[in-house]
Amino acid sequence: MTTYVRGAIIAVLIVATVTLQVSVFSHFSINGVVPDLALLVVIAAALVRGPNYAALVGFAAGLVLDLAPPADHTAGRWALSFVLVGYLTGLAKADSDTTVPGTLLMVAAGAFIGTSVFALTGLVLREPGVDVASALEVLPVAVGYDVLLTPLVIPLVLLLFRRLEPAERW
Amino acid sequence: MRPSFEPRKSRAGLGLLLLACVTIITLDARHGEQSSPVDPLRTAVGTVLGPTERAATSLLRPVTSIPEYFGHVDELRDANRELAADNAALVSQLRAADANAIRDDAVAGIARLADTSGYDVVGAQVIGTGPAQSFSRAVTIDAGSHDGVMPDLTVVNADGLVGRVVSVTTQTATVLLIIDNDSTIGGRLGDSTELGFLAGDGSLDGDGTLELSLVDHTESPVEGDDVLSWGSRGGAPYIAGVPIGEVVDVRSSPAELTETAAVDPFVDFSSLDVVGVVTAVDGRPPADQAVGR
Repeated sequence: MTTYVRGAIIAVLIVATVTLQVSVFSHFSINGVVPDLALLVVIAAALVRGPNYAALVGFAAGLVLDLAPPADHTAGRWALSFVLVGYLTGLAKADSDTTVPGTLLMVAAGAFIGTSVFALTGLVLREPGVDVASALEVLPVAVGYDVLLTPLVIPLVLLLFRRLEPAERW
Repeated sequence: MRPSFEPRKSRAGLGLLLLACVTIITLDARHGEQSSPVDPLRTAVGTVLGPTERAATSLLRPVTSIPEYFGHVDELRDANRELAADNAALVSQLRAADANAIRDDAVAGIARLADTSGYDVVGAQVIGTGPAQSFSRAVTIDAGSHDGVMPDLTVVNADGLVGRVVSVTTQTATVLLIIDNDSTIGGRLGDSTELGFLAGDGSLDGDGTLELSLVDHTESPVEGDDVLSWGSRGGAPYIAGVPIGEVVDVRSSPAELTETAAVDPFVDFSSLDVVGVVTAVDGRPPADQAVGR
């Protein structure tokens, strides 16, 4: 499989993920909080291919999330969050083997970091609607929902990433 | 960060990506309300994702209606339906009984809206909803510049005012809901014609309310008053006479001269589906009306 085909498959994966998140899971929201499928994809990338690659996937997924309608916040904020999440979870993964509790912990930490960094950039940029109170309200729900969906989503995405390229280097 | 078993190039890559993010944020943030250099990119992504979102919405409708189904299975279903019907009947009775000359005007406005003789309405469906994690209350609808939708047009549904269009692609448009923290609407009390401003509280679930503060400090809103849109000046986004909500709670604080009231919007924002974009009033674009051309 050439690099281009792999890139195209990951692009399709990201577009599909963001579509699901915006159009389908919005119907299953808890207090408006929707599971962050794109974040789960980034963490799966970190588990299979390490920090470097996950940061790149995080950048792409975050940017699509930033630009896809109905997003109207400053572009680049989700991208920044996901680059950090991808890189940090990739580093954490390098320390240990993939276990179920370990993965759940990584998703929880990733969701926490991702949502927090997004909220923090909003505070710094003085975006409307972002304040510490609403961030604290959203955070636990977002983390919990992402952990809840981990067993359903992560294995599928892991399988896809392993199919794309056997993990010989990482 | 961590001991240096990571290859050096990995950290260079990370640096590059972070730099790219910060650059995009800076480019987009600096331009504020004006068009930003990121907008073409946004339009491009919207053009790709609009049809995808539309397809996903219609394909997965049977699945996405599952939560509704579960909420309805037991006896609650019947009780709920009865209560809702009673409630709707009572509300319409209340609104009808209260009608006076001013309100007649407003009702005529709504009727015009309904039979589209006065307002040209483009029908559209909500195909995407922004998550609470983004702290913004906006939805995507499946009508765009192709259908004559432009930024700053009013969006309504059968119950009342939904929001305004903030950006469009050819196939889709982004609608900022009136409950967004960033949204302020001019409102008029149905019974006293007093003017006021309504600000959103950003909450999407059923108990989200708008905060009304009146311009005239000597007047105070009364519980049960209906609030209609006042219409904005200078081509700004809202047309006049669209029902917004009902005053549910009046608060006065001794520290401030003004009284504020909580307004419960007529529109249920947690289950938005079919909406209409008002593209013209009496055959003219709303912007022309607002400046009295």
